[in-house]
Amino acid sequence: MSKTLFDKVWDSHVVKKIEGGPDVFFIDRHFIHEVTSPVAFLGLKSRGLKVLYPERTFATADHNTPTINQHLPVKDPLSANQLKALEDNSKEYGISHWGLGHRKNGIVHVVGPENGITFPGATIVCGDSHTSTHGAFGAVAFGIGTSEVEMVLATQCIMQPKPKRMRINVDGQLGKAVTPKDVALYIISQLSTSGATGYFVEYTGDVFKNMTMEGRMTVCNLSIEMGARGGMIAPDETTFEYLKGRPLSLKGEAWDNAVTHWKTLKTDVDAQFDKELTFNASDIEPMITYGTNPGMGMGISQSIPFADAVEGGKETYKKSLAYMDYKENEPMIGKQVDFVFVGSCTNGRIEDFRAFASIINGKKKADSVTVWLVPGSHEVELQIKEEGILDIITEAGFTLRQPGCSACLAMNDDKIPAGKYAVSTSNRNFEGRQGPGSRTLLASPLVAAAAAITGVVTDPREFI
Amino acid sequence: MAYDKFNTLKSTAVPLPLENVDTDQIIPARFLKATKREGFGDNLFRDWRYNSDNTPKENFILNNPIYGGKILVGGKNFGSGSSREHAAWAVYDYGFRCVVSSFFADIFRNNCLNICVLPVQVSAEFAKQIFNAIYDDPKTEIEVILQEQTITILSTGAQESFDISSYKKENMLNGYDDIDYLQNIISDIETFANDMVF
Ligand code: SF4
Repeated sequence: MSKTLFDKVWDSHVVKKIEGGPDVFFIDRHFIHEVTSPVAFLGLKSRGLKVLYPERTFATADHNTPTINQHLPVKDPLSANQLKALEDNSKEYGISHWGLGHRKNGIVHVVGPENGITFPGATIVCGDSHTSTHGAFGAVAFGIGTSEVEMVLATQCIMQPKPKRMRINVDGQLGKAVTPKDVALYIISQLSTSGATGYFVEYTGDVFKNMTMEGRMTVCNLSIEMGARGGMIAPDETTFEYLKGRPLSLKGEAWDNAVTHWKTLKTDVDAQFDKELTFNASDIEPMITYGTNPGMGMGISQSIPFADAVEGGKETYKKSLAYMDYKENEPMIGKQVDFVFVGSCTNGRIEDFRAFASIINGKKKADSVTVWLVPGSHEVELQIKEEGILDIITEAGFTLRQPGCSACLAMNDDKIPAGKYAVSTSNRNFEGRQGPGSRTLLASPLVAAAAAITGVVTDPREFI
Repeated sequence: MAYDKFNTLKSTAVPLPLENVDTDQIIPARFLKATKREGFGDNLFRDWRYNSDNTPKENFILNNPIYGGKILVGGKNFGSGSSREHAAWAVYDYGFRCVVSSFFADIFRNNCLNICVLPVQVSAEFAKQIFNAIYDDPKTEIEVILQEQTITILSTGAQESFDISSYKKENMLNGYDDIDYLQNIISDIETFANDMVF
């Protein structure tokens, strides 16, 4: 029978099907971090269980780590306690642990691919919803809750009903300054934040075929923001090229055999999807969000939609605009920006800093704006330095921070103050996501760069 | 970790008819620093419930003594966003045992099921009836019978049935969890793992 890419990967990992229930689903790779794992280890302890396959789990500290002075002890005692728990639990159960200051430390969804832990056809979970990032490699990857983290530690399996299949096809050529982030924000704005709930998405078409791995990761990362459990892209030469020679990638003959297998990981020609959507690349502009969920996005040159024009709850929509202190039908161009955040597992990779640098090169930071540039990993930080990007950003009046999730969820000190506006390359603009009372405008690194030098929402096409 | 069993719940309910209530609202990230499961209820809907000086916001529903009970009735797309199970813990720890919505985000629904908080998905029409009934009379009781998979507004007699997999239903009725199940088939899992190339 013909199968989709998703079917192929999913079905080959089902240990057992339960009548009228979920599948017992085998997990190849498991990432853990300090925030969603401690209670899972407590559970293990109280049941007297061990970690079944510690070599399949990898720990990194990222969610509440500081992004300056990482060599000093972590000041916040609660954060320090979580970091210590991750380290102790990893040691006790024999799990690789990349703590603060470790050469491989960084955001879990950045360091996984970077080190070759992620691979095509893998099943990957982590107690973080943006685990969908790893789908860029043709993996079935999704976020889980802490009870499930405990399950994976104890049994390397979770119990999951198989999601439905959706294909999103985008053909054509992307316009000037339109990045993978814009493609994703555009799709989410068309589908809403619940439009893909219950589905696993495969992205197909020219646009994704021509994308770099970094770009594909940005797109798959944001799959969760339209409600999908995950998103994936069939592996191809771009994928193999990216993975070849990474620290934990297979080597020699094993690598060659793997690539032969990975080449079979694509949707059969006549395979069926439960839902198919097609978009045109030429309809996509640089995007920006104006509300309090990622579905509230629009082309940067447009005006904020009228409440009557949106589907669903008008009250919720109005509450959202009130929170942002925006009005219907206002343009976004020219809106005040107080903070700019470039980073996160959505846009904290080397390509994102190259994009940022391409715009600010030779210009100066706007005095009115505070800018946090936070690499997704230590590796990205090193690359920024090696490629001379650090010189460009320093010259323009910016400084570089140290890796971590930072203002993406503001668990550390990197909080946007109440009432302030932040153009952010991260993934969520929920109320208070970047600090209590903070107001987030999601956008690409190019839009972030344009705002960083002008102090207002600016169309990046002006600088290209 | 053993959980409460769930069979029948008869209770008044708290209405929260907003759409797209995300897990950052249910429990903001800055409260995720604990390494234990307990105590999250105090911070449930923290920023909607309290001002920055920690005084309660009078117009938020949880601060209105007229409404209470073990059932939370949310708007469409409840629990979107982050995978933090802390959101489900906060709901539980506050005292809710059942969340009703016309549409749940996937991970939140799973997380609830895993800690024995029952997510009941109803039609948009029925959700509206529940909201109306509660606004008419905050003492309105809602009855949820897991065995029968029914939810009833007792004051009007309106009833709807809801879906749950027979596996999860069995678990909740008996207070079992997935690890209990997986432990029983661990040798199957090991055999499977031995055949995995990667
Ligand atoms: S950067 Fe943000 S979304 Fe990504 S793992 Fe960290 S907190 Fe989660």
